[in-house]
Amino acid sequence: MSVKPSKTIERTIHVENLARVEGEGALYIKSVGDEITDVQLNIFEPPRFYEAFLRGRRFTEVPDITARICGICPVAYQMSSCHAMEQALGVTVGEPIRTLRRLLYCGEWIESHVLHMFMLHLPDFLGYESVVTMAADHRDVVAKALSLKKAGNDIVNFIGGREVHPINVRIGGFYRLPSKAKAKALRETLLANREFAIETIRFMAGLDFPDFEQNYEFVAMKHPDEYPFCEGRLVSSSGLDIPIEAFLSEFEEIHVKHSTALHGRFKDGRIYLVGPLARVNLNFEQLPDSVKAIAKEIGFSVPCRNNFKSIIARALETLFAVEQAIEILEHYDDAAAPHVKITHQSGIGHGCSEAPRGILYHRYEIDDEGLIKDAIITPPTAQNQPQIEDDLRHFFPSMLDKPEEEATLRCEQLIRNYDPCISCSTHFLKLQLDRTP
Amino acid sequence: MVKDTKPKLAVYKFSSCDGCQLSILDLEDELLALTGAVEIAFFLEARRKVQPGPYDIGLVEGSISTPEEAERIVQVRKECKYLVTIGACATSGGIQALKNWADVEEYKRIVYASPKYIQTLDTASPVAAYVLVDFELRGCPVNKYQLVEVITAFVAGRRPQIPTYPVCLECKREGNVCVMVTDGAPCLGPITQAGCGAICPSFGRSCYACFGPSESSAAEMLCNHCEKTGTDKPTIVRMLRSFNGYLEPFKQVGDEYERQTVKNH
Repeated sequence: MSVKPSKTIERTIHVENLARVEGEGALYIKSVGDEITDVQLNIFEPPRFYEAFLRGRRFTEVPDITARICGICPVAYQMSSCHAMEQALGVTVGEPIRTLRRLLYCGEWIESHVLHMFMLHLPDFLGYESVVTMAADHRDVVAKALSLKKAGNDIVNFIGGREVHPINVRIGGFYRLPSKAKAKALRETLLANREFAIETIRFMAGLDFPDFEQNYEFVAMKHPDEYPFCEGRLVSSSGLDIPIEAFLSEFEEIHVKHSTALHGRFKDGRIYLVGPLARVNLNFEQLPDSVKAIAKEIGFSVPCRNNFKSIIARALETLFAVEQAIEILEHYDDAAAPHVKITHQSGIGHGCSEAPRGILYHRYEIDDEGLIKDAIITPPTAQNQPQIEDDLRHFFPSMLDKPEEEATLRCEQLIRNYDPCISCSTHFLKLQLDRTP
Repeated sequence: MVKDTKPKLAVYKFSSCDGCQLSILDLEDELLALTGAVEIAFFLEARRKVQPGPYDIGLVEGSISTPEEAERIVQVRKECKYLVTIGACATSGGIQALKNWADVEEYKRIVYASPKYIQTLDTASPVAAYVLVDFELRGCPVNKYQLVEVITAFVAGRRPQIPTYPVCLECKREGNVCVMVTDGAPCLGPITQAGCGAICPSFGRSCYACFGPSESSAAEMLCNHCEKTGTDKPTIVRMLRSFNGYLEPFKQVGDEYERQTVKNH
């Protein structure tokens, strides 16, 4: 035990409204001397009760409803719902539906990652308050980023019908497959944006990253043959390897005393990290050689335990998604059956997919009339919230000698590392931490 | 000096999924022109810098579903010259308005371990139920080009040109075969406002009314037709009670069908 002369300078960081995050939240940190005495990430997203009102809805309606949990990643909600429902109903979708689902997911990763990298996160690294002021000095980069983002949205439009809350997804597949001619045009668009996706990785690698590493427990899906989207097992950096059906026996959501926090953790109390950095760390070998080559060129290797570098992970995944989409579209055929028939209508099913921000787990129980009896939805931001708190607690001491404005900005930047999608918090989250012994 | 004369735009979020305000950032081809034409003075999802009000145009996303929101919307109204609500949540209450038919205490118990910590109103309501609204833009989500039209119109000082006729007109223009006529599928298109471009029928599925009721929406007549052609009453109730279920005439007809369902049991 070290005895230090006690400093009694009190400092507080108080950000009433966190900007450039999806949804609304606030941050409160208190320190006394070298000690952090209080960290509060308060997510004041109003409760919308999805898990309650899904009860009594017909199973076929669920993908359209859960999409509305989040306007940024509706595809993730639709995919996790569909997979859970199909498992409950004993349906397996084959080709080409599973590949087209990957294509749809590529679109969402591209639009969501580019939105976050350039419009929400990059201004922190380059010293701008927003993309609006950043665009004045970097108009060309912003214009190219918007073009790449649009290419992602074009994919979602192509197969989903529209970019926010797609309408072409159903249990068992899609309503209708778009034409080959449209696929050809879309492929050209992606080819035209590929070079910028590569430039993006080099650009992000050149940013100035705070020297901050944590011994994260990464959790992500893993598929034997592919970089994961909708299928695979759940793995972690300390050796967890379970089927998704075991999610609820390994993880739990906690409603903390004296607060309304629901947050994810292992049942033994450990916290974990989901999202692009976790995925890249656990699935680096599954990335195509072209993406691995660029990672090597910029000196990025795994394990990478600095979540400020999640912006590089997003850039690598964006290039992967662009290349994957190009490949899928090259072999696209509109002649196949758009969906498989559903005959059965009751059961229990689990679904998990890799939303842009990390694993999104759904479980449904369907009764004999095809109505939802019980729904459980665990979004990525709820799972990451304890990790965000923990990062802040470990990071803030390095900010103690910094001016208020800079310290506040860096803490906000740390939160934005997680691309927190607060609307996704199906549950109302409010965290209060007081670690004073 | 030129900068100072640009109209000031504010974007607010209430109970919602963020999808409608995201539509602004999804205007990839128009975004730089938009930021040139208006000063984005308050838009937390996009920028850190907050310019003080008053604002010329306020765009409100989301429904009013908590006591805090009921107070905040009054302040928002005060600081905006024109207040425009965008999307199904702000114009109808949205999907979360399903709690308006439920026991909210029961809902709290289903979702939360300690329901007493949850602050929520018994209803999720459209913004217009609380304050005067200058224009309502429908859609779950809004059509981003309609959003541009609304912003442009208010900047120019004219009424937005947003059609209120049924989506069937758009569907015909797309050259779709009618899913009701050919498949006998229950489709809400005839009673739903245009604006989406009839995307669902274009992909071979029925309209599910994410743009809400059209002008003089004959909901009862359509539902009677659906019932005659084989759709059961509980399904009709669920069809009406989705993203705009709390708007009339959807609410009234849905309630009537529910009463009949209960009676029949």
